[in-house]
Amino acid sequence: MPPVHRSVVYGWLRHDKKFPHVWCPGCGLGILLGSLLRALSQSGLDKNQVVLVSGIGCSGRLPVYVDVGSVHTTHGRALTFATGIKLAKPELTVITVMGDGDATAIGGNHLIHAARRNLDIKTVIINNQTYGMTGGQYSPTTPLGAKATTAPYGHIEPSFDISALSATAGASFVARSTVYHVTQLDQLLGQLIAKPGFGVVEVLSPCHTNFGRQNRLGSQIDMMLEFKKRGVRMERWQKLAPGERQGRYPLGVLVDRQQQSFDDSYQAMAERAAALRREKQP
Amino acid sequence: MARQRARLLQGNEAISLGALAAGCNFFAGYPITPASEITEIMSRELPALGHPFIQMEDEIASLGACIGASLAGKKAMTATSGPGFSLMQENLGYAAIAEVPLVLVNVMRGGPSTGLPTNVAQGDVQQARWGTHGDHPAIVLCPATVGQCFDLAVLAFNWAERFRTPVILLSDEVVAHMREKVALPAPEDVEVIERRQPTVPPDWYVPYKTDGSLIPRLASLGQGYRYHVTGLVHDERGFPTRRPDEVEPFYARLFGKISRHFSDLERVRAFELEDAEVVFIAYGCTARAAQAAVRIGREKGLKLGMLQLLTLWPFPRRPVEEALSGRRLALVPELNMGQISREVKRVNNGRTQVLRHGKMDGNMITPDELLNRLREVK
Repeated sequence: MPPVHRSVVYGWLRHDKKFPHVWCPGCGLGILLGSLLRALSQSGLDKNQVVLVSGIGCSGRLPVYVDVGSVHTTHGRALTFATGIKLAKPELTVITVMGDGDATAIGGNHLIHAARRNLDIKTVIINNQTYGMTGGQYSPTTPLGAKATTAPYGHIEPSFDISALSATAGASFVARSTVYHVTQLDQLLGQLIAKPGFGVVEVLSPCHTNFGRQNRLGSQIDMMLEFKKRGVRMERWQKLAPGERQGRYPLGVLVDRQQQSFDDSYQAMAERAAALRREKQP
Repeated sequence: MARQRARLLQGNEAISLGALAAGCNFFAGYPITPASEITEIMSRELPALGHPFIQMEDEIASLGACIGASLAGKKAMTATSGPGFSLMQENLGYAAIAEVPLVLVNVMRGGPSTGLPTNVAQGDVQQARWGTHGDHPAIVLCPATVGQCFDLAVLAFNWAERFRTPVILLSDEVVAHMREKVALPAPEDVEVIERRQPTVPPDWYVPYKTDGSLIPRLASLGQGYRYHVTGLVHDERGFPTRRPDEVEPFYARLFGKISRHFSDLERVRAFELEDAEVVFIAYGCTARAAQAAVRIGREKGLKLGMLQLLTLWPFPRRPVEEALSGRRLALVPELNMGQISREVKRVNNGRTQVLRHGKMDGNMITPDELLNRLREVK
């Protein structure tokens, strides 16, 4: 993907919305926003064709900065609103942005069913392993043993692997990246937008303000370098011995499969229903 | 008004037909007794008409999908009963604050919790008004006959579109499942109101800036007007705000757009009310028993009358005040422990004797029961 000029990104920003944004200095959400704007500007889509839907939390504030139809919904419910929008206007490109708590705790039921249903919704889940906006409580992706404001003695629950969960539930496209690997993130978001069916890109991001501080992980830069150290591109990951995979995770496209989307199945069913109706009433 | 040939219809069927006549072209729901028939009928009708139907993973998702579809321009409906209605309260509040038109049918059954799933009750009257958190206006309609199921479903859609607000159709298990012979109006005689569209070009568009009507002209998603929708209190452009000089006018407009139309919204039906000494104030299936009691009482020379509430919220204050004025006694029969009689007593202000007749055994109130109650009061 060629570099995208700043002015192109600027064209997708909402100009009547006041900046600076709400996020902490050093937060990965600004990087994700930039990446998403670059992917959108490269997609060839018209701004009027795109709808951005979010839930609640730090990630919920992302769509307001983008110059498209944007819907900031209730906590965990972005995919339900997105389902209604996509069914109502199949010609629109519907993108949801959620956090880890938003998508896999309160919205976990919607995530697995959206993946199973395979309606054409593009989902970005930014995973910072904590509830950042409410002060650093543990989320479904908080690692075992980590500290959180609701786990002062260390977290005792195993965590979700968001990508594996989405893949198992039936998503057509699943990829993982981090806000450190921005070039890769740009490309993956581009692929997500282009891919029909339900797709998920999991984006690892630091919350140095809450998660990092409580777990003594250093500055946001230290946390970013951790992504560099632990994240392994898929091509290399496949060559790693099981012992070498310890404490690391694969980045890139994890699942890319052709499946009948809900959109196509519904269209076919509606045509059958209309034909049956015509037979009954000649 | 031209009528179709009379048919034997169930209440839930009539609600579905009314919704379709009003232009309903999106349905998302989740199975629940005693509302499932509506979901089943819509799953049959909408795909054949080329419109979306979807059974979601729960009631929260069902109302979420309805809001999304409505924002994209559809006339959306969902149908549920008590347990599902409880789950929907979250997104119902969203629809109120973001001013999203939709119709929510709640077919009441015994509660709380799983309660009496196949029995009738009227315990959700106050939940329909106050169920979601935060103060907000509410429009709630309540049918007592199969014909009213049709008419009020049409009205619910028209008011949702006109006022840009969720409208609740509060039916009950008896009205939902009974069958009556009804002649529905001919399709061309059904008045259908469409939501108002922006008249300015996108560059000049300020989504929540309103004219004298106080009702915003919100464009559908994907129509070229790119704006922000949020459940946060927002300014005229739709962006979140905490400024008191923007928050206060926002709430004032949200309430004002409904409260200035109270006289139109407060729909009631009077039955033998003119010379009545004793008046029943009733709604839903209990209005049927009250009407029968009036008829039987009148045959025996008792001067009875009934005011049926078609609108429960906003509470029809003026019609109820008029119905109470100068009567010896008002009796409010309902299948709960006094959710509407409390309102009647509030507007009565101590002038007329108002008694509640609450019943919670899973069955309807009978006309005899009401007449016996009147004998006891004497």
